[in-house]
Amino acid sequence: MKRTIGASQSRAFYAFISPWLIGFAVLTLLPILASLYYSFTDYDVIHAPAWVGLGNFRELFHDEQFWNSISVTLKYTFISVPLTLLLSLLLAILINQKVPFQGFFRTAIYFPSMISGVAMSLLFTWIFNPQAGPFNYVLSLFGMDPIPWLLDERFALWALIVMSLWGMGAGMLIFLAGLQGVPASLLEAARLDGAGRLRSFWHVTLPMISPVFLFQLIVGIIDSFQVFTQAYTITQGGPNYTTWFYVYNIYISAFKNFRYGYASAMAWLLLAAVLLITWFILKASNRFVYYEGSR
Amino acid sequence: MSPSATAGLQAQPASRAGRREQLWSKAVSLILLLLVTAAMLSPLAFMVSTSLKTSKELLIYPPQLLPDAPAWGNYAELFRNGEIKFGQQYMNSLIVAVSAVVGTVLSSALVAFGFARYRTKASGFLFLLVLSTMMLPYPAIMIPQFLLFTKLGLHDSLLPLILPNFFGSAYMIFLLKQFFSTMPSELYEAGRIDGCSEFRLFWNLTLPLAGPAMATVAIFTFIGSWNDLLTPVLYLDSQENFTLPIGLASMMSSKFRLAPWNLLMAASMLTAVPIILLFAVAQRRFVEGIVLTGIK
Repeated sequence: MKRTIGASQSRAFYAFISPWLIGFAVLTLLPILASLYYSFTDYDVIHAPAWVGLGNFRELFHDEQFWNSISVTLKYTFISVPLTLLLSLLLAILINQKVPFQGFFRTAIYFPSMISGVAMSLLFTWIFNPQAGPFNYVLSLFGMDPIPWLLDERFALWALIVMSLWGMGAGMLIFLAGLQGVPASLLEAARLDGAGRLRSFWHVTLPMISPVFLFQLIVGIIDSFQVFTQAYTITQGGPNYTTWFYVYNIYISAFKNFRYGYASAMAWLLLAAVLLITWFILKASNRFVYYEGSR
Repeated sequence: MSPSATAGLQAQPASRAGRREQLWSKAVSLILLLLVTAAMLSPLAFMVSTSLKTSKELLIYPPQLLPDAPAWGNYAELFRNGEIKFGQQYMNSLIVAVSAVVGTVLSSALVAFGFARYRTKASGFLFLLVLSTMMLPYPAIMIPQFLLFTKLGLHDSLLPLILPNFFGSAYMIFLLKQFFSTMPSELYEAGRIDGCSEFRLFWNLTLPLAGPAMATVAIFTFIGSWNDLLTPVLYLDSQENFTLPIGLASMMSSKFRLAPWNLLMAASMLTAVPIILLFAVAQRRFVEGIVLTGIK
């Protein structure tokens, strides 16, 4: 349905995409450039931005809270993302065994993913409540002592990681679609060649769904770099800064301490990190394209 | 005939063992799935039961599975309590989410149509630019956007939550462009011969055929807007302008602590209702959308 260029066609093209063009210029490009500029300034909105060169970045380098927020975010990411991915893949495999009530399981496991982050956060604050919460009660049935989950430096981040598992339904759905897209003929051929179930999973299914896996991994990492809701709603970064996530740190610096320049420097580093990971997707997606084409 | 018959005979024992193995793996899968499902759903069951408990029942330990008599009054109390302003916040959330859906569907469809139908010198590059913004983290641009909207005098209003949706969303443009690209060019040629303008080709020919794709876009825009916390946290200051997520968060925050847990859970339940309803009526669109775009 593509048409070749003519002046009127070209005019129509720009007319149709004008909402995006304007939005991109004003709400994306301009902010990216503005925040780059602010990152080299001291800016509190009341006074004009004062140029400080690399001052903000130098200060960040010695800022304990900045490094702490990175370490909190990375720890959360590197535990929660692989765990969620593996469990959601496992669940997709189980459901794909043509078990009865397939539809019910799919819906039930996806269900908690629909509840908003804030509602989920409220719920788990109550569930992890050390005195009256049911989580400790369930643990006590197994003879464990009550744990002050969200109030204890040692456990708060773990509690948030446990909570993140209730969001694995979307990943499960994506994997399930990937598994159902593996051609039965390939699995049949592997079986005829004498491959057992494990081997055909390892050599046929897994390579076939590897693009899905990769995509989810990257999106999962980018998402968890931006955790905010749990820190804002449940822990306010505490106890003792053990859940002081990176974006929460940006939020506090800009909107509580009114250091817009300093926060912009952090925002730009986040952008750089995400760009790096996206670049990695594009690199790796060469494989994805190759796979699709060779089918 | 006969070679295939012997092959079938030889395969018989292997396939019987295979069938037994399959049965086992099905049984084990079923048991594991039942356990996981119970674990996934029990917090939600607890949310429902807590929302129906009286303040006294909240303190009982071990926690009761079911309240003695469901305290439906908790739900009414949310709307009656003048301090919480729950009804107002529900309205605000609906206004924002519905405007976001209208804005995103219209603008993204326009832009997607432009990219699907025309090829100019810059169109390839511009589309790449669209794709490259899909992963753009909002926190990276939120500070200048905030300063911009504040300068326009829109602080503590719903407009900064609504307006950006009228400029297309990269995900949705991508999704719709894929869909529009599959439409046959004969359709447009017929339209041109009948004297349709380019805009009428879009409005009268393409949109009516794009129902399913637009429904997917609408659903995911609604959910994204309905659940968003960060944007309202930046812009909204007064209780009566809050959307539900920030309203819920403020109800729990230690500063205000406006409500006990049974009310908080009732509020969480009511917050989930529109999404659950959407899922109930459009489960297929949901699943398709998630699989297509990886949106959660």
